[in-house]
Amino acid sequence: MATTKMLTLKDIEPGQVCIVEGLGTKSMLRKRIIDMGVTIGTKIEVRKLAPLGDPMEIYIRGYHLSLRKAEAAEVVVRMV
Amino acid sequence: MDLHIALVGNPNSGKTTLFNDLTGSTQYVGNWPGVTVEKKTGKMKYEGKQIQVTDLPGIYSFSTYSLEEVIAREFVEEGAIDVVVNIVDASNLQRNLFLSLQLIEMKKPVVIALNMMDVLESRGVTLDIAALSEALHVPVVPIVASKGKGIVELMKAVEATVGKEVILPDVYHSDVESIISEIERKLPIEPCSRTHAIRFLEDGVVATVGHAMDPLALASLNQWVDEKVSKRLMDRDMIISDEKYSFITSITDKITSNTKTSEVKTTSDKIDSVLTHKYLAIPIFLLIMFGVFSMAFGPVGSFFKEYFEIFIEEVVISGIAGFLVSVGVSEWLYSLVVDGILAGVGSVLSFLPEISILFLMLSILEDSGYMARAAFIMDRLLRRFGLSGRSFIPMIMGFGCTVPALMAARTLESERDRRLTMIITPFMSCGARFPVYAVFAAAFFTDSQPLVVFSIYLLGIFVAVISGIILKRFVTKGRVSSFIMELPEYRLPTIKNLWLHTWDRIKGFIIKAGTIILVAMVVIWFLQSYDFAFALVEDSADSIFGRLGQAIAPIFAPLGFGEWRAAMSLIVGLIAKEAVVGTLGVLYGVGETAVESPELLTGPLKEVFTPLSAYAFMAFTLLYMPCIAAFATMKREMNSWKWTLIAVGYQTGVAWFVAFAIYQGGIWLQLG
Repeated sequence: MATTKMLTLKDIEPGQVCIVEGLGTKSMLRKRIIDMGVTIGTKIEVRKLAPLGDPMEIYIRGYHLSLRKAEAAEVVVRMV
Repeated sequence: MDLHIALVGNPNSGKTTLFNDLTGSTQYVGNWPGVTVEKKTGKMKYEGKQIQVTDLPGIYSFSTYSLEEVIAREFVEEGAIDVVVNIVDASNLQRNLFLSLQLIEMKKPVVIALNMMDVLESRGVTLDIAALSEALHVPVVPIVASKGKGIVELMKAVEATVGKEVILPDVYHSDVESIISEIERKLPIEPCSRTHAIRFLEDGVVATVGHAMDPLALASLNQWVDEKVSKRLMDRDMIISDEKYSFITSITDKITSNTKTSEVKTTSDKIDSVLTHKYLAIPIFLLIMFGVFSMAFGPVGSFFKEYFEIFIEEVVISGIAGFLVSVGVSEWLYSLVVDGILAGVGSVLSFLPEISILFLMLSILEDSGYMARAAFIMDRLLRRFGLSGRSFIPMIMGFGCTVPALMAARTLESERDRRLTMIITPFMSCGARFPVYAVFAAAFFTDSQPLVVFSIYLLGIFVAVISGIILKRFVTKGRVSSFIMELPEYRLPTIKNLWLHTWDRIKGFIIKAGTIILVAMVVIWFLQSYDFAFALVEDSADSIFGRLGQAIAPIFAPLGFGEWRAAMSLIVGLIAKEAVVGTLGVLYGVGETAVESPELLTGPLKEVFTPLSAYAFMAFTLLYMPCIAAFATMKREMNSWKWTLIAVGYQTGVAWFVAFAIYQGGIWLQLG
């Protein structure tokens, strides 16, 4: 993986749409994120942040998913 | 039983509703052996056949090894199930079908119950159900669980599926398929060798113990898989899920037709834009909490409570007491039944109206989908204390009564969060502790009563927060807590579900009052009425309890109240915290009326306590082990003696140290 800072889901502003490029983490959470439908090539729309700034709400595969920013930082994305 | 079916599905897919449709009031709620995950079973009759239904925990997938997932997987793999009914939320098809594919791979006969077609149709989307069924090789039956529609058709399909051979759908590309078959051939772990093979492909681990594969062969197989998959530019653990989702997308693209061109904002989205609004969310949340709270413990709750108490005292207790007198039972038996059992169980049951309202409110919040949002809103704040957003509800409820608060901790996903929340929740000062503060504040802090009482409440919150920060280091071990959670559509709860949901919890509370508390009452009554020679005592100071109070009193000396009557009242407070006041009343010779007229206690208390030691006593009352009902609840919910004892040990230890710090610190500062 490149050493330059990659764009991750955490950096996406509410209202923006991005595409999943890959996943960073090797932890148990990784599998969970994948199983929730965050696979390569999937379109994700960031809907909003919780009032205190974390977690975030995304729209993916026709449903709403919440995840913490720390978890979103493991999802590498590109803008559409 | 003629047939055994299991319900499997995502959380929020309507699984519980379907379970209620099928089994009605025959359901039985217990725990899965050794864990705190709820197990629901029920019976139904269909065309003269007895059918047993097991409701498995709501899960998103079988593969991440959470407790719920492991339970569900093992049950499906090893349980004697004839048919698995997989409930699928049609309005959230892709993610729901992911679980379906995993289920079908286990080669169990599966019937898909396609729920919430009405939601989908209201969005202008139609589904080709026959095509879905054909692609998956399983029967698909549309149902509307909330209205009980399609149940008969579902059961017909279930019956027709019993004993049928399972044909797997063509999910994977041929290269992946050949890897799976090869692993399956080399690693024949029955049952469900395919599932094991797939798991091996994903992470190179054999999940089952006791397989016959030798480590060397396993390593070389692992290497072989590595080489094979390297052709794909994707990590090994992603391939299977990626292929599954590709397959699902190809199906859903084929079978859905959208009549509305642009995406419309659903009602749910509109509600959500207000309820999770950047600035409005927190005020609304607090308002809702306040509403729930004041319904249960405010005018409405206390109205019912008052009449219910009268009913218990005047009708039930007097009735039984009268009956006992009329049949001429001996004095000790009368005392045991009336003063021991009835008084104790009655005082716990008197909370029933308030608790029922609380349970009903919670069920509404949960069934409507708001609970997930509340967690979403509060998560950031609570994470700092080692908790999760979902811990907030139990903690808030703790201000009312610790028992339902502990039961509400069930909504927490991870066992670790659940444990931590249950250890901390009793620090929220429950309603029963208030009379104690009232008496002491009136006696020692005449000018600043409200402030002193308020400071005790704050002390509870403060101790809870500090405990969270400290304990998270010890209890966190193991699983990482996450917040990868669905935010479901808002829904109008149905009366039937609300009723069943609420009744479930009420029943749990009554059963507890009727069993564990009853036994505890008998024991406590005995200890209070007899001395070590097992003779009935006149003066409770001579009883086993009184002696015990005298024996443990020195423990409280450094806290400023090393006096046997204070010590004993704290022990009796374990029955119900408000009993502390009644006991002090009896022991100081002003009678139990101390609860109604606290000023009677002022004089005697002033002889024993100083304002400083009184405050330490209040702090101790706030923090030490909760009442026996809460203890029993904790045991049931934690399903572990070890953790229950750790929890109450911690609470009592903290109570001692805090009271110690207050008293000794106060003396040092020359406040005493």
